[in-house]
Amino acid sequence: MRLRGWMIALLVLLGRRRRPRHDEPEERIVAAGPPSPRAELAVAALLVLAALAAALFVVLYAIEASTQALGGALAGALGLVAAALIVAGKHLVVEEELPAAYPEPHPEDQAAVGRIVGESGSRITRKRLLGAAAGTAGCALGAALVTPALSLGPVFDPSSLYRAPWRRGRRLVDTAGEPLLADGIATETFYTAFPEGASRDELGAPLVLVRVDPSELRLPPGREDWAPEGILAFSKICTHAGCAVSLYRTPKFEPVQPRPALVCPCHYSAFEPVTGGQVIFGPAGRPLPQLPLMIGAGRELVAAGRYSGAVGPSWSGVRKPPPERR
Amino acid sequence: MVRRQAATAEPIRFIDERTGAAPFARRMLRYLFPDHWSFLLGEVALYAFVVLVGTGIYLTLFFEPSLADTVYTGVYGPLQGRTMSEAYRSALDISFEVDAGLLMRQTHHWAADVFVAAIVLHLLRIFFTGAFRKPRELTYLIGVVMLFAALLEGYLGYSMVDDLLSGMGLAIGNGVALSVPVIGGDLALLLWGGAYPGDPTFESRMYIAHVLLFPALLATLIGLHLALVASRHHTQFRRLRAQTDRRLVGVPTFPGQAPRSLGLMFAVAAVLFALGGLVQINPIWLWGPYELALSTNGAQPDWYLGWLIGGLRLMPGFDVTIGGYTLIPNPFWGGVLFPAIVMVVLLGFPWIERRLTGDRSIHNVLDRPRDAPARTGFGLAFLSWVFLIFVAGSADRATVFLGLDYAGQIAFYRVAVWVVPALVFFIARAACRALQRAEELEREQHAAETEGRLVGR
Repeated sequence: MRLRGWMIALLVLLGRRRRPRHDEPEERIVAAGPPSPRAELAVAALLVLAALAAALFVVLYAIEASTQALGGALAGALGLVAAALIVAGKHLVVEEELPAAYPEPHPEDQAAVGRIVGESGSRITRKRLLGAAAGTAGCALGAALVTPALSLGPVFDPSSLYRAPWRRGRRLVDTAGEPLLADGIATETFYTAFPEGASRDELGAPLVLVRVDPSELRLPPGREDWAPEGILAFSKICTHAGCAVSLYRTPKFEPVQPRPALVCPCHYSAFEPVTGGQVIFGPAGRPLPQLPLMIGAGRELVAAGRYSGAVGPSWSGVRKPPPERR
Repeated sequence: MVRRQAATAEPIRFIDERTGAAPFARRMLRYLFPDHWSFLLGEVALYAFVVLVGTGIYLTLFFEPSLADTVYTGVYGPLQGRTMSEAYRSALDISFEVDAGLLMRQTHHWAADVFVAAIVLHLLRIFFTGAFRKPRELTYLIGVVMLFAALLEGYLGYSMVDDLLSGMGLAIGNGVALSVPVIGGDLALLLWGGAYPGDPTFESRMYIAHVLLFPALLATLIGLHLALVASRHHTQFRRLRAQTDRRLVGVPTFPGQAPRSLGLMFAVAAVLFALGGLVQINPIWLWGPYELALSTNGAQPDWYLGWLIGGLRLMPGFDVTIGGYTLIPNPFWGGVLFPAIVMVVLLGFPWIERRLTGDRSIHNVLDRPRDAPARTGFGLAFLSWVFLIFVAGSADRATVFLGLDYAGQIAFYRVAVWVVPALVFFIARAACRALQRAEELEREQHAAETEGRLVGR
């Protein structure tokens, strides 16, 4: 008896699934479509695979697998969900293309808004006075609220842009902090030097050193003794946009190849050492500042003064020719 | 007859009684999306943004935005014992010691590149189909602002890491800030907190801008952008006769559009994680820590800043001076004026076009590029201008890989960036007109044939 009851119930249930539903309201919002059991199966399979890939990701994470494996598993899980959704969108979702009207403007509301604003000022007789006062208050308050932002930096103090640690008598040291000797400077290569006992984290600090044959020198007037034995020192910071000038072009086949130059790898400004850092190619607008050198008693390289110009990129108000020279 | 209640009825009633959201939800579910593949480009950008936020939050949990010195003792051998900033050290740790850290970092970087690329492609679609016209000028403006915000956001992101490449990028950024006429020096001092490399708090400033200010700005603008899109409805191509400037035909959000759109979201995420896992990007451990006195040859920024590098490199070397004092430093032209012109032209284009054509009517049906020969011609010319300057930014790579003379290439580009866009304008406009004429002929022929058949019968 009991079993028969269950079987009837089961039959009723199964039958219900297949019977078209006549008890639904006539008007649907979403149009009905035919079932697609294969697509359902495909979507379910893709989602199960996605779950497996996601589980695999967790396992891979736990065993500290490679980035490639982790990325592959996660991308696989996400991609399988994407595939499931796309199959569902194509085969399980009702295809509908519906018409609708584009929104129209609201002339009545527009007029009402205008009138509300206009009619609200009926008690105000001196609009310009109030407008000017409100404007003044707004501007002043705005300025007051913005003022604390000036604490962000030493604004109105361009002298901090000129800062450079080089003085007459300061020794040149290499990356390791050892003094640089004149005899250690070879031709056809370049060296990076720093000021002894000063911070290296300033634009003015790093130098680039090259040695040329003294007979090749064509330095500007006043710099005759700036390059003892043909050793030239320049600020290593490009006057165009502030990158380190870290290429030295020394052609082997003059005059077919361009002239020797210190080159910045960011925008390829080229500065000619023998003429005192003049720009011979690229976007830089000022020569590379030269530092006068002298050779000390122990053959060590020593600064003989200050740079020939401001270091680093130009700004409005920087002097183009050397600002001051000692 | 008592109908069985759907399982969803109770929660829907719960929410509607407490929020009044049912009418809104009903409208949104039946909001119509006209169908065209190119309408998905904006969605790609949106989903890349979602991935950016997700991976970005993960990275903030490990990244230390500090320029304090530390000595590296981590697992990456070549850098052991090197002095570096905490910021760079923590980025190395994310790459080597945080499980799944490198996956997240690389996916974040890839997502940024794809985000900007999708925005640019979306912008091209909008431009060449005239989708920016009334009543969608504000939607368009917000989109263009988002493009530039995304560029800055990306720049800040890779600048915070304090590896050698990011330091070089910041040095250039400082040079560009300094180059603004009159106020440049003060502007750079203010932003950096002092002369370059600036105050250590500069790192904190970049960090808060990158993880809060710009993402919040972008999220707000995305919200506004989408709200405006929905309020004016999507544009449509005229595929059916029923599709006019007053009536649209489209697929409803639910159930038609939702699985497609969500499928696209998962597909975008899948591609980004696959890239992040399988394709190396910005291997910061190879660049080493930033030191002011160092730079590397062949340094290339992320692709979306290539046009600015090109602009900086193409300028002939001069500073504008007055009586021995600099007024306009050189980086201004390529680094400030050039992007400013691009931005102003893009922002102003809906109004420029309206001025030139006198067309003030509402447009909900899209143009095909050929339907507006002058716009298409101008757009392609403008695009070729920016694109050539972008390509000029990789002239050094062409020298390395193809052996082309660098100076010769620069001389070529200095001419080409003006000549090519002019040619492109006339050729594109003529091509559009020819296509229009061909269509007209075809229509006439078709009409004549139909008539002939009718007469013959």
